Amino acid sequence: MAQETKLLPPKLAGEVLELVKGFSESKAKKVKEIVLQEYSHAQVEPGECVGIISAESIGEPGTQMTLNTFHFAGVAEMNVTMGLPRIIEILDGRSDISTPMMEIFLKNPYSKGKDIKEIALSIKETKLNEISDSFHIDIADKSIAIALNQEKMSELKVTQTMAINALKNGAKGYTLSQVKNGLLLKKKEKEENINVLYVDKEKFKQLHVSGVKGISQVLPVKRGEEYVIITSGTNLKDVFEMDFVDETRTMSNDVFEIAEVLGIEAARQAIINEVFKVIESQGLNVDIRHIMLVADTMCNLGLVKGITRYGVVSEKASVLARASFETPIRHIINAALIGEEDKLDSVVENVMINQPTPIGTGLPSLVVKVKE
Amino acid sequence: MSEVFLNGKFVGNVDEPRLFVERAKEERRRGALGHHVNLSYYEKTDTVEIESMRGRALRPLIVVKNGQPLLTERHVRQLEREEISWSDLIDQGIIEYIDANEEEHCFVAFYDHELTAEHTHLEVAPLAMLGLASGLVPYANYNQSTRLNAGSKNQKQSLGLYVSNYALRMDMDVNVLHEPQLPVVQTSLHAISDYQKHPAGQNVVVAIMSFKGYNMEDAIILNKGSIDRGLSRSSYFRPSVAEELRYPGGLVDGICIPDKDVKGYKSERDYRLLEDDGIISPEASIGEGDVIIGKTSPPRFLSNLDEYSLDSSTRRESSVSVKHGERGIIDFVLITENEEGNKLVQVRVRDERIPEIGDKFTSRHGQKGVVGLIVPEGDMPFSESGIVPDILFSPHGIPSRMTISHLIEMVAGKVGALHGRFIDGTAFDVEPEEKLRKELLAMGFRENGVETMYNGETGEQYQAKIFMGNMYYLKLKHMVANKLHSRARGPIQLLTRQPTEGRAKEGGLRLGEMEKDTFIAHGASLLLKERFDSDKTILPVCEGCGTIAIHDEYKNKSYCPLCGDNVEISFVEMSYAFKLILDELKALCVYPKLFLKSKY
Repeated sequence: MAQETKLLPPKLAGEVLELVKGFSESKAKKVKEIVLQEYSHAQVEPGECVGIISAESIGEPGTQMTLNTFHFAGVAEMNVTMGLPRIIEILDGRSDISTPMMEIFLKNPYSKGKDIKEIALSIKETKLNEISDSFHIDIADKSIAIALNQEKMSELKVTQTMAINALKNGAKGYTLSQVKNGLLLKKKEKEENINVLYVDKEKFKQLHVSGVKGISQVLPVKRGEEYVIITSGTNLKDVFEMDFVDETRTMSNDVFEIAEVLGIEAARQAIINEVFKVIESQGLNVDIRHIMLVADTMCNLGLVKGITRYGVVSEKASVLARASFETPIRHIINAALIGEEDKLDSVVENVMINQPTPIGTGLPSLVVKVKE
Repeated sequence: MSEVFLNGKFVGNVDEPRLFVERAKEERRRGALGHHVNLSYYEKTDTVEIESMRGRALRPLIVVKNGQPLLTERHVRQLEREEISWSDLIDQGIIEYIDANEEEHCFVAFYDHELTAEHTHLEVAPLAMLGLASGLVPYANYNQSTRLNAGSKNQKQSLGLYVSNYALRMDMDVNVLHEPQLPVVQTSLHAISDYQKHPAGQNVVVAIMSFKGYNMEDAIILNKGSIDRGLSRSSYFRPSVAEELRYPGGLVDGICIPDKDVKGYKSERDYRLLEDDGIISPEASIGEGDVIIGKTSPPRFLSNLDEYSLDSSTRRESSVSVKHGERGIIDFVLITENEEGNKLVQVRVRDERIPEIGDKFTSRHGQKGVVGLIVPEGDMPFSESGIVPDILFSPHGIPSRMTISHLIEMVAGKVGALHGRFIDGTAFDVEPEEKLRKELLAMGFRENGVETMYNGETGEQYQAKIFMGNMYYLKLKHMVANKLHSRARGPIQLLTRQPTEGRAKEGGLRLGEMEKDTFIAHGASLLLKERFDSDKTILPVCEGCGTIAIHDEYKNKSYCPLCGDNVEISFVEMSYAFKLILDELKALCVYPKLFLKSKY
């Protein structure tokens, strides 16, 4: 009885079993048979060249994609890289994406809009120069005077102690003292070079005072009934630790960060989602299975690899195939050094030596038993 | 204190920059400073920049003082009587040349009735802001600028009378239009540029209508009758050159009919057109492969002594012959001597080019198109009065491109043709459309230019009224006769044994990487192999060491250069290019080995 369902993937098998509950045995068997038949019809034929078909299916509509990035002007939404540049960025497996972004979902009382502004502000990273009016270097005294702006501090919900703590950790080698309307940092050692002082000053400006590191902008948005916080800059790890954040739905658009924090399966899904989002926004129609295949090849080594000569192409087994894609000399030299063997069992190599490619009609071969 | 820069280099300071610039400009107008020196004061940076370098685009403007142009009626009259010239006006400071920087600080009026006290300059003519080629586009101010650009670019490629002494010249690759005409709709630049001396197109009757789908996608339809009457015929000239070179050792090339025992002798038929001096005669009709100038050269390498003899058997054939796919008539033969004193023969070939399907035509408004169909005159649509258009232009070319000037030229051309006068279409200074419409109406035509037309094949009246008018059409130098190419078999490259590339070398048409991918996507593996086996070879491979072995055809024996003949040698089919890369790797000290395995 369970023979048919065994051949189906678990999720589909479960659905079928659910469906046939209460059916007579012969009827249930028939349903299962039909499902199995349909399922095997939907499967790809052996020898079907899924990679090239995926490449063509994504590449051809890609030529119609507008090259310019769309900018969401104004306050309502943030500036996000979309279109072809974004697709290239994802598929190249770049770790520093041009517009990192998070969508933070909130737990119940907060998702209804409770303290939404305060929550948003607490996520946003505040740097020292945002709460100060000026950084003044006194060359004679070898000191830096920081004038704090009380107005901004209260606006950003930062206290003077927070600034002091930040400087205590960040400004090693300086003695900190509080002066009228600000702080004074005095260099402990005698330092002849004023340039060092200047470099330090610039460093202090970027000191993290409060909020989540790396998040430069926050924007609470109402999505239907729910409030969501959109940020520019990502830091999944720290955000997940905040107790008002719904970590099951919060997403980042940085594939590498997702791979690091949530694992490779999540990264694969993130690639699929991000690429599909762009393709959809351009009004193109690409089957999601093509993108899934691309995401699979990018992630099947357990870490995200781009479709570049350093990424998935460098993982190809064949020397000739690697050499035919950018920097051939490097591949040939390296192969020669270790005496690499090319089994000639893929497409490009066989095109090069003018032999039938092991795909489609070139895949099957006739085996004849010779009578002795 | 403002800083002064001369051609971008700091030269000093001035106290009152504005006054300084003003005075310097006065000096320039007086002639004390060069006419091509331009000054400008930048308030933001508080700098004065003086430019005198070459390579800046300058344009002339009439100087205006207190709202009055310095150019007066008196000057214009003097100019008309040729008492003064343009350069006199510049010397007197009436007209000055302004560069892009100085123009930023000028206030230029378009017309003199717009002048106020603040204006500093007046446009010589609004047309002056266009270049020569764009100035030749009639009704240009009715167009989008991109179309004006396209229109002027197309004009540069049109056939016409490029020089009047073309019959005496040996220019490479030139075309001359037979019976070129002056356009009915002109601009003032046509007069200025002496267009009547080198016209480049013909006036034709154009109807805007579709015709059986053969003028889709910018194609145009030509009337066979018009072509037979000589519309857009042109001649194509190409000279061939041969020189009697002198080589070290006293050997020389010889221009003559080659002897039969010369190395590389073609066939007797190929030399049939040559006269006794080894040169073809004028007005001979030639085709592919025919020899134009017979020539023999001494052997390339002198190895043994008998090659020093003047015996013709050692000489090699080096005649000039008609290239693949070309034909024509010998137009002109020139025998002369070059700078080194060598005998030089130049033969010009002429080919009459009658418009055919695939030739490129354009109006002056960036509406280029290729001939899609040539229709017999009897099948062409005709108007009530019996007018048959020369060209049918597709209406779909108009809305997206918004070339209003194209439509206006048709109306204007119609008026001009019916009246027998030229119409002025100078940009910003045109004969108004309303006037043209009124004239058309007065002559008994519909004022909007449409006419009742009849189907040439059935005689039925078309329901729609067809817009028809006269236009100036240009034949462009891109003709199919120069581009048509196909090949099934042909020459291959020596190095790779792959087909040659390009029409000139009778090359193959590449099945590129993306085309290859489509074969793979279809799983057509064996078809793919066949498509790429243009350079396949069968090579002996040593199964012992994996190198390419040697096969001796005489002894019918194979042996390996490394393992000797006591080893298994198999014949393998592969592409020659792959064999080549194996050899190249060996040259790079990389030792590729082939391990053979039975396929089954």
